[in-house]
Amino acid sequence: MRVAVDAVRFSYNGQPILRGVSFSVSPGEILTIVGQNGSGKTTLLKNISGVLPPNEGAVYLGMKQPVEMSSGGELARCLAAVEQEREVGFDFTVRQLVSMGRFSHRGRFAREGDADRQKIAAAMESTNVTQFAERPIHTLSGGERQRVFLAMGLAQDPKVLLLDEPTTHLDINYQIQIMEIVRRQATAGLTVLMALHDLNSAAQYSDRVAILHDGVILAIGRPAEVLTEINIKTAFDAEVRVGRDPFTGSIYVTPHPQKV
Amino acid sequence: MLRGGQLGHRREILALLILLALIVVVFAVVVGPVDIPIGETLSYLIGRGGLVKRAQPTHYLIISDIRLPRVLLGLLVGWSLALAGGTMQGLFKNPLASPYVLGVASGASAGAALVALLRPHGALLLPLGAFVGGALAVTIVYRIAQRHRRGTSIYTLILAGVAVGAMFSALTSFMIFLTSRSQRLTDIIFWTMGGLGRGNWPAVYVLAPIAILSSLVILAFSRDLNALSLGEESAFHLGINPERSNRILLGVSTLLTSAAIAGTGTIGFVGLITPHIMRLILGPDHRWLLPASGVAGGIFLVLADMLARTVVQPAELPVGVITAFVGAPFFLWLLRTRGGNL
Repeated sequence: MRVAVDAVRFSYNGQPILRGVSFSVSPGEILTIVGQNGSGKTTLLKNISGVLPPNEGAVYLGMKQPVEMSSGGELARCLAAVEQEREVGFDFTVRQLVSMGRFSHRGRFAREGDADRQKIAAAMESTNVTQFAERPIHTLSGGERQRVFLAMGLAQDPKVLLLDEPTTHLDINYQIQIMEIVRRQATAGLTVLMALHDLNSAAQYSDRVAILHDGVILAIGRPAEVLTEINIKTAFDAEVRVGRDPFTGSIYVTPHPQKV
Repeated sequence: MLRGGQLGHRREILALLILLALIVVVFAVVVGPVDIPIGETLSYLIGRGGLVKRAQPTHYLIISDIRLPRVLLGLLVGWSLALAGGTMQGLFKNPLASPYVLGVASGASAGAALVALLRPHGALLLPLGAFVGGALAVTIVYRIAQRHRRGTSIYTLILAGVAVGAMFSALTSFMIFLTSRSQRLTDIIFWTMGGLGRGNWPAVYVLAPIAILSSLVILAFSRDLNALSLGEESAFHLGINPERSNRILLGVSTLLTSAAIAGTGTIGFVGLITPHIMRLILGPDHRWLLPASGVAGGIFLVLADMLARTVVQPAELPVGVITAFVGAPFFLWLLRTRGGNL
């Protein structure tokens, strides 16, 4: 499903955060939004997911806007979101959590059917959490937990996946696992939008990167076109050198501070 | 965060609880100052009351007009308080939330007392007065706690609950002061003590429909509670309307609490400890936890009431004394084991 963001403006407490943002993402594509803390990455994702409807402009998931889809679970069947950090109030097991992804697919009183069980099993398999199925969530590490939340999103059987800094605070092995899972899902046809801190992960795993700066898109395009020394200087006020990773061939950003 | 054992035999445990409830009901009808053979009680309960009526008219009256309505009221009130307590714990993601802690009980009690003061015979108005008082209390508490931008803070919630509860209790005390020379005094004191001593059929008939309807709504929304325990935003992503579900669940559990309190006065700790114990046994899935808590709450209150009316015969203890003796130490244990982890 194609995601189109059209001239979206959003203010928070009178403070403009997004000042006219437009772009679109196609099925099978990973678009990563980068930008300084407070540049509005999370706000933009929330505008797209329907949590915060834009003040002006519109978001389209396929032909419809999220506000038109939020009743009856239509939105949840089409879009899943993984937040940066999630507090689980009670000690649910992994399987109980993943099965919550199926809520929007069946009625309030309907029991889990074969199709539900299949999707739950597939989601747990593809995120490699099957072995934890009966473990309480609080006994897992941060990286394992994040995989569980990803599984919950995938159990929704969505067309669009939003991820808000899914790898922040995770060790490198978990970062790689999460990004590889996301990459495979995109290859299978999912439309993926994520916000990332780490410019190198963004360069390595994204089809396109968008830099959000001052409430507008400073640059959008293939990582090599967008993650340039001058763009990074503008958006992050940081001196970097941009090269190529000799093994993967993707862009590599190295800090290169001037004398202070 | 809550730790909980997760048993795979939820259906069996729920069935066992229901069976236990039936046994406790029979037992509670049999036990009392007048010795009634268990056979007569069973005959009555299976619909052969006519036999008992002819053979032992006094026993028939004791069973049908005194013990059975009281036991059934206990079952209903215990069910209602525990179900409402479990719902509130789920809504606030905290095992310390309960109708008592959130001030609902004091508000409902003040509301019912006010109705009793103005109209001593308004049996149907009592639950309404209780609901208005309880809803007022919970609205104030919830609004204050919600001021915090990062959702509801549990500390503010509990402190606000204590303050609002104290305010409504003071209101009730003031009403007691005003009526000190009147016969209605006993009516009002009744709500502050709590007890099933007034359990009669009219009380059962008023509470039963409210309890059944409210319970059906809560059980229908129990999966929303599961999703809401991941936070409102996550619940939204799962296809749930968090604001609507929150409002419905809080409103209906307040109604349930208030209706129970209108019938029996404030009885503490049933709504607090029963859902917590059930969570330790069954895990946090509210679709199982809530009905199990309701049944267990009924069992708890019927047993507590049985103790209350037998330990100091021929006098009667307020049942709240029993539930507090069991519940308060448990509550303290909970505070201690959970430490700074609230």
